Amino acid sequence: MERSMAFESDLNLKATELRLGLPGSDEPEKPSTTPSVRSNKRASPEISEESRSKGSSCVSSKVESGERDSAPPAKEQVVGWPPIRSYRKNCLRAKKNDQVDGAGMYVKVSVDGAPYLRKIDLKVYKSYPELLETLENMFKLTIGEYSEKEGYNGSDFAPTYEDKDGDWMLVGDVPWDMFISSCKRLRIMKGSEARGLSC
Amino acid sequence: MITNKKPRSSDTDSNYMRDDRTEMSEDDDRSPPSDSIANGSCPTRTCTPGSGSGSGSSSIPEYSAPYPDRVLENVLENVLWFLTSRKDRNAASLVCRSWYRVEAMTRSDLFIGNCYAVSPERATSRFTRVRSVTLKGKPRFADFNLMPPNWGAHFAPWVSATAKAYPWLEKIHLKRMSVTDDDLALLAESFSGFKELVLVCCDGFGTSGLAAVASKCRQLKVLDLIESEVSDDEVDWIMCFPDTETCLESLIFDCVECLVDFDVLERLVVRSPSLKKLRLNRFVSIGQLYRLMVRAPQLTHLGTGSFSPSEDVAQGELELDYVSAFAACKSLVCLSGFREIVPDCLPAIYPVCANLTSLNFSYANISAEQLKPIISNCHKLQTFWVLDSICDEGLQAVATTCKELRELRVFPFDPREDIEGPVSEVGLQAISEGCRKLQSILYFCQRMTNAAVIAMSKNCPDLVIFRLCIMGRQRPDHVTGEPMDEGFGAIVMNCKKLTRLAVSGLLTDTAFAYIGKYGKIVRTLSVAFAGDSDMGLKYVLEGCPRLQKLEIRDSPFGDTALLSGLHHYYNMRFLWMSACRLSHQGCQQIAQALPHLVVEVIKHEDTVHMDDYADTLYMYRSLAGRRHDVPQFVSIL
Repeated sequence: MERSMAFESDLNLKATELRLGLPGSDEPEKPSTTPSVRSNKRASPEISEESRSKGSSCVSSKVESGERDSAPPAKEQVVGWPPIRSYRKNCLRAKKNDQVDGAGMYVKVSVDGAPYLRKIDLKVYKSYPELLETLENMFKLTIGEYSEKEGYNGSDFAPTYEDKDGDWMLVGDVPWDMFISSCKRLRIMKGSEARGLSC
Repeated sequence: MITNKKPRSSDTDSNYMRDDRTEMSEDDDRSPPSDSIANGSCPTRTCTPGSGSGSGSSSIPEYSAPYPDRVLENVLENVLWFLTSRKDRNAASLVCRSWYRVEAMTRSDLFIGNCYAVSPERATSRFTRVRSVTLKGKPRFADFNLMPPNWGAHFAPWVSATAKAYPWLEKIHLKRMSVTDDDLALLAESFSGFKELVLVCCDGFGTSGLAAVASKCRQLKVLDLIESEVSDDEVDWIMCFPDTETCLESLIFDCVECLVDFDVLERLVVRSPSLKKLRLNRFVSIGQLYRLMVRAPQLTHLGTGSFSPSEDVAQGELELDYVSAFAACKSLVCLSGFREIVPDCLPAIYPVCANLTSLNFSYANISAEQLKPIISNCHKLQTFWVLDSICDEGLQAVATTCKELRELRVFPFDPREDIEGPVSEVGLQAISEGCRKLQSILYFCQRMTNAAVIAMSKNCPDLVIFRLCIMGRQRPDHVTGEPMDEGFGAIVMNCKKLTRLAVSGLLTDTAFAYIGKYGKIVRTLSVAFAGDSDMGLKYVLEGCPRLQKLEIRDSPFGDTALLSGLHHYYNMRFLWMSACRLSHQGCQQIAQALPHLVVEVIKHEDTVHMDDYADTLYMYRSLAGRRHDVPQFVSIL
């Protein structure tokens, strides 16, 4: 994550800032006569198309603007700002993403070659195909078909997960319920490592 | 009177001193004890009569005792045992050599504000009878990922030095230190009478370290883990406490992100009759909390854990009589936790509200409506931590009832920059009008006005700590469009007791001019994305004689400003400047001018960095010189 430089005021980043709105108009000040209602229900975080296509590592994966179509995209996040300890941030982030009816089961997902991690709630899925489809959509890749003997055919990617014992396993080897209760995080491997798992 | 001296080399004791000492002591000027009895005064210094080492010499009749020094030293020793204040002790140690020696022998609480300011060997050889050690390590900005991991602040050399020097050691308090399981194991082995371990914002250890402490420290009264990162080694550390009755008075583990075996925990609580403080982690459900409360109605401080039913036994848990469990805890004054709160459960705490002096809702996403029935009963509340989910309306409710409030912290539920925030100047104004005894405030918001800040400066004259964080960088007063200079100016002007200040929003050099002019007792200052030019920093360095801790990020202060503080850096605990306009050369100049300052330049991998600029400067006075555990991304100039 690129840190904001102190030279911001010299570079006049505000003028070149990407946002939705006519040039010269300031960020719309939303009139609020009532305090904004804090909703627990939020759409699952999706990186907006605009910030994703930037592709550079300076965009934090924490940027969430799915809900607010008319608002300008959030400013790039700066390391350590606002000054909240990560412990607190993590506790609250988990809360934000929770559905109202219960705690989610969030695991980090990393993809070899991608600069950012995502988090998904495993409880939302009922089966492997559902999960894999979501991963494919999320990261824009193809995982292929699972077979017991051959692992994942037909692609460069193989989904693996770390279980409670710290071992890395191929996704799909154990029954779904067992997977759900033991999966600590996911990693989508790519290339020869992945092909190794597939044979 | 002790004359003012320029800071000098070798045996300076500034590092044990409290923050506001401005001079350093020198052994050379102390009169040797043998002279003082004869002369009754210190030959090399100007002293008030009787303030030499033979302080009682004017009143004690002159008789020929064999070792007059020894008699007086014994008297002194007996008297000095009663001196507890660090500041007083430091002053006493400067009087003369004899007092220095006796003070060193009688100091039982050793406080080291910067673990790198002095070596463990030096500290333990001066102070020989220490029973409690407090150490602080990393600077505060490390909490916000502004420092790469493995920078330092290792507990290891300290635990081994103290293990040798103080086998009778009872208490260790650490803040922002790197502690390993091995360190904790050594601690557990070395101190047979160990009573109290407090780890705040520490990391590097796991449940296996805790297990060592639990099993070996049989006299343990306090085990407090506060905002520390504890790795899950899958060791049931709670099981490691002795099977017999324990001495536990305080067990705080709300930050430990590991499952605990509840039955084991319950048995521990049952055999800990002295337990007064218990803070559970979020893996304890409300039903389990109930069982513990029933076992320990004597609790004064309770952290409730998740405060929601566990998934499998949800129904049964909701039927328990929580209200009576709380009602039975007649001594409860401090409540926290609520990590995964189900708001329906909140009314259970009604019975204790009237007695509460401290309430921490900062992990509870509750609305104003949910807060009101609770807060309207909390007339005695002095400390309140909460999420901004309660909105300005919730803060108004607080202002209406909590007339005794001393400390308020409002944390953001959603810590981003460009969003509509639920709290604003309205809430701040309300608090200032309702809570006149306020001493400490930390307030995160998205928008603010000078008027509200000025109002607080006038309504709350007792303010000691004022930390306002307007989350959008460089946001002006959202009503007038002006910088926030006047607001912060009013704070330093009107709050005569202010010692700690954190500023934010759009700020010009004017704000710093105010701080330099009026902030005469400010000790800690935090600055981010503020100021126009070097003048800003100069105002502060030249104007604030009591400044001890200065942390600055992303502000346009350069070498000239840095150099203007040369006269003051030996009086400070540290200076942090990151993403400012310092060059390596500038930092080098400081290092050369001040040999007892350790000047660290820290490189960050992820910055796009211009070669000449120093990403991060962290400098601190030290008797120990450059440290030996420097990681490769740090260079010491």
